Amino acid sequence: MPDQDLRVAQRSQTQLVARRFRRHRLAMISLVVLLALVLLAFVGGWLWKYSVADLTPDESVPPSWDHPFGTDAAGHDTFAQVLRGTQISIGIAVLGALVATVVGTVWGATAGYYGGRLDTAMMRIADLVLTLPFLAVAAVLGHNLGGSWWLIAAVIAGLYWAYVARVARGVVLSLREKEFVEAAKAIGAGDARIIFRHLVPNALGSIIVNATVLVAIAILLETALSYLGFGVRPPDTSLGLLVSDAQTAVDTRPWLFFFPGVFIIVIALTINFIGDGLRDALDPQQTRMRR
Amino acid sequence: MLAYAVRRMLVSVPILVIATFVVFVMVSLSGDPLSELKTRNPPPPPHTLQLEAHRLHLDEPLLARYWHWITGVFHGDFGPSVQSTQVIGPELAHRFLVTFRLIGVAMLLALALAVLVGVVSAVKQYSATDYTFTFFGFLFLAMPSFWFAILLKEAGISFNDTVGNQVLFTIGDSSVYVEGGTWASITDVLGHMILPTISLALLSFAAWSRFQRASMLEVLNTDYVRLARAKGLRRGTVMTRHALRTALIPLVTVTALDLGAIISGAIVTENVYQWRGAGSFLLESIRHDDAYAVAGWLLIAATFIIVFNLAADLLYAVLDPRIRYA
Repeated sequence: MPDQDLRVAQRSQTQLVARRFRRHRLAMISLVVLLALVLLAFVGGWLWKYSVADLTPDESVPPSWDHPFGTDAAGHDTFAQVLRGTQISIGIAVLGALVATVVGTVWGATAGYYGGRLDTAMMRIADLVLTLPFLAVAAVLGHNLGGSWWLIAAVIAGLYWAYVARVARGVVLSLREKEFVEAAKAIGAGDARIIFRHLVPNALGSIIVNATVLVAIAILLETALSYLGFGVRPPDTSLGLLVSDAQTAVDTRPWLFFFPGVFIIVIALTINFIGDGLRDALDPQQTRMRR
Repeated sequence: MLAYAVRRMLVSVPILVIATFVVFVMVSLSGDPLSELKTRNPPPPPHTLQLEAHRLHLDEPLLARYWHWITGVFHGDFGPSVQSTQVIGPELAHRFLVTFRLIGVAMLLALALAVLVGVVSAVKQYSATDYTFTFFGFLFLAMPSFWFAILLKEAGISFNDTVGNQVLFTIGDSSVYVEGGTWASITDVLGHMILPTISLALLSFAAWSRFQRASMLEVLNTDYVRLARAKGLRRGTVMTRHALRTALIPLVTVTALDLGAIISGAIVTENVYQWRGAGSFLLESIRHDDAYAVAGWLLIAATFIIVFNLAADLLYAVLDPRIRYA
């Protein structure tokens, strides 16, 4: 037997995770679908012959080659509107989830690492936020701050960071007592170094999974907010706003209602599946089924 | 346990004060409550505007206004409303009763369905039934509540058209005028509740059934369940008496934690079905820049969530003897 057959390929942690993720069929399909959708929205929306504001002479026509998703009563091309809405909704959700994750992780890790009174005080603030019905507070903030997309993302981040902080704190609490932290302390590492170079990277699995699911939750919050009229405002549009405009047309012009709705569902569904795949890939112990 | 409960409630008071303060400031800064009056044609005399500003304490600084409000609340006075015909306290009580009716029934329905589906999924893990339930669970998790509610409303309208009779009501929480006595009013209210309750329940159901499935699976893999089976007890007995009882406990906490989300869902559902409940009260008040009304709304909603969470924690201790609150 030649030597090379006995050699074992060394794989990095990232490679192992990627390998396990690729074996998760549903998550891989979801990733492909989501990427296709994002590409369609951001590149397709830019290439498409109509833009959001264009008024075509065709009013309330059903889907055709010229207008794949039909048009509304004013003659707006629904395909262009849905693509623009997808851009805005995804942009808001991703930015909101990202900021919430960064802030929440730092907050929760700090509280968990130091413990004691600082922990109590910091987590009480997080609990305060978690006590609130998010949609109600988001509506108040949305009404105050106006309809620009990054402000809505800020509102979403301002609510969900507390949720991330709880998760991050929980993980850090269990990691804090591990030997590698003691070892880092023993060689004289400072608190900041221990938190950001030792604790956070080890908690990264849970945090990434959490962030992924958060994007799906944020999409649903943003669309609900825009539906109620406190999120994205005309002339710009979001998937929630499109559904809101179409709610009396379900029977007469179903294309106006179903296309944006199905886009929301597909985005949230694929993100949830990707989150599931990531959870299995990052934390094999949690998987019950061997793949 | 009583001492624990009292302490928890006392700790919640600052939370409520801070939360209402932040919302009060946000609403106060977001617009002029008198703008509607000022843009009226013909314009109202300056004296009227002055009186109105005085009635809403707008001639005082923001902090003083909040102080007036929070001290007034302890005497049952929720402050003056921008909508001058409306007294905030009684209006809130009435609106929240309507909404709690919806939330209560929807939660019970969601819980019953979630336990049933979760347990069946767990017991028949990886069967066709399990996959079907899982599929619908994920689908409902990804579905925006308003979209589903609108769809269900349309389905209700077509159902009425097919039957040729108004069986399912799709607008409002009750009819303005109902002929026939108490019984007719009750059926009228119930008829209005069916579709909104289903809309609201199905969304919580999705998350809870996934959770119940996981919790049941965990219990099914424990030694004591295996022992019960090994002793020769019947499968049905083991499932209900040994496994299910334990597997139900974690659901208590999840239900309580989700209450905020359910209230948010109720706001949307009420909007779709045009209920005059707490949700529409909140949205109207925000649009009118009515800081007193919005703060009052949040005070009641947040108190409700805090009390509900406390009750869940206490119930948890009763159900799980390993937990003791000192």
